[in-house]
Amino acid sequence: MRLRPIAAIALRQLYLMRSSPVRVLPMIAWVAVDIVLWGFIARYLNSVTATGINFTASLLGAVLFWDFFTRVMQGVTMAFFEDVWSRNFINVFASPLLISEYLSGLVLTGVTTSLVGLIVMLIIATMIFGLHFAALGLLLVPFLMVLFLFGIALGVLASAMVLRLGPASEWLVWPIPALLSPFVGVFYPLATLPSWMRHIGQLLPPSYVFEAMRSVVAGGGYSNAALALGVSLAAVYVLLAAWLFTVVYRYAVRSGLLARYSAESVS
Amino acid sequence: MPTPALKATRLCKRYGSLHAVDDVSFQVQHGEIVGLLGPNGAGKTTTINMVLGVLQPSSGSVEIEGIDIGRRRSEALAHTNFAAVYATLPGNLSVYQNLRFFGLLYDVAQLRARIELLLAQFDLLPLRDTRCGLLSSGEQTRLALAKALLNSPRLLLLDEPTASLDPSAADLIRGRIRAMASHGDCGILWTSHNMYEVEETCDRVLFVSHGKILLEGDPKTLPQHHGAASLEELFIRLAREPLADQRPAS
Repeated sequence: MRLRPIAAIALRQLYLMRSSPVRVLPMIAWVAVDIVLWGFIARYLNSVTATGINFTASLLGAVLFWDFFTRVMQGVTMAFFEDVWSRNFINVFASPLLISEYLSGLVLTGVTTSLVGLIVMLIIATMIFGLHFAALGLLLVPFLMVLFLFGIALGVLASAMVLRLGPASEWLVWPIPALLSPFVGVFYPLATLPSWMRHIGQLLPPSYVFEAMRSVVAGGGYSNAALALGVSLAAVYVLLAAWLFTVVYRYAVRSGLLARYSAESVS
Repeated sequence: MPTPALKATRLCKRYGSLHAVDDVSFQVQHGEIVGLLGPNGAGKTTTINMVLGVLQPSSGSVEIEGIDIGRRRSEALAHTNFAAVYATLPGNLSVYQNLRFFGLLYDVAQLRARIELLLAQFDLLPLRDTRCGLLSSGEQTRLALAKALLNSPRLLLLDEPTASLDPSAADLIRGRIRAMASHGDCGILWTSHNMYEVEETCDRVLFVSHGKILLEGDPKTLPQHHGAASLEELFIRLAREPLADQRPAS
């Protein structure tokens, strides 16, 4: 893999954001609104309940982690959608760019844009609602690693889906995080779920993050093995997603889909 | 025998029972401009897409500078580039940003200097910060050609590069492309429906119809050899009455 073609994919997003602040706004605005909304809900719950649960840490922390995950995923897919929207497939894929370089460029874009959202969320959650995020200490590393890897995996998977089904399937991508959220127990323990949902949840890496986070916030311990399983699962999903994208790309080249997307633009 | 810029061998592309390209073989030498002619749906763009690696042949092979694109895709494509009416550059990036983006994709050395040179060569300096979506057809064509020359390709594919240009702008573009071929470093495969342009620009033409190459030869002498008054007349005749299984060299 060469660095310059990878940088090209990320640089294009930077150019687009620099020339159009409207593109930057959603990266900041939605996460900020989420944190403010859930911050006040947590503050209200703290004031009306006497359970001893720190809702600021458990609810707001969960929202922050979940929003970070969705931003990673959307960062990857948005970079891919730029090629869909600008009908740029043929220009990009007729270049010497390797698929691994293309995917790495999408990931680099996802990392950068999601970090912007994470920083904004941390500032608001810490300064306005007093969330002590750093109290999680070194646990933050595996937590963010799992969410980051799974976000990449889903972003690449969603891109493969659009490449296979066509630009019109874009609308299927946006609800994916919402569809997953009930299964991973963002706001409640997996034990709350019926058995079949719990089994699905156990296959989804973010479940391990939210379970561990709730336990730590409540003053309990966490399972290193469970966290390691979460990281491993997420890494496997990344490899599977990259493999699937490559398979779909090869199909698109064989069947003429890739060329057709560009040809359709002049019809 | 020197390695040709492009060697297509027995290329076929089938979609079910439809033979979009059917057993097509040809070469493009360095310093040569080869016209790929034929009616709409003849298989020209399908052929070009296979050469560009965005469409996999059902059978046959494509070699660019002797490198098989099916086996060493990235290495082969590093020697080529293209401009096509249906592959406009992203309209939300400026002229300079587009050239930088594609220059990095092609891993062009000394990219800044190369971009400045091409901006000057194609009269794009005043437009360097203009978004491509706001350019006129002629300006977009000049930019597409500048992008196509970023990596100093040994094989250049031009799919109707002058289709949306006025005669004056088209003449200037043809002059630049001829000058480039005359240096002898680059082979050019050119598709066009403008027979005057083809006669003036191409060293050799391939007539394609129904996915097959029907005729091949010098565009200046080919019409006489086949009893036609002009290349255009020959084109019309071939498009309406394909010559079955004929491919005589003129």
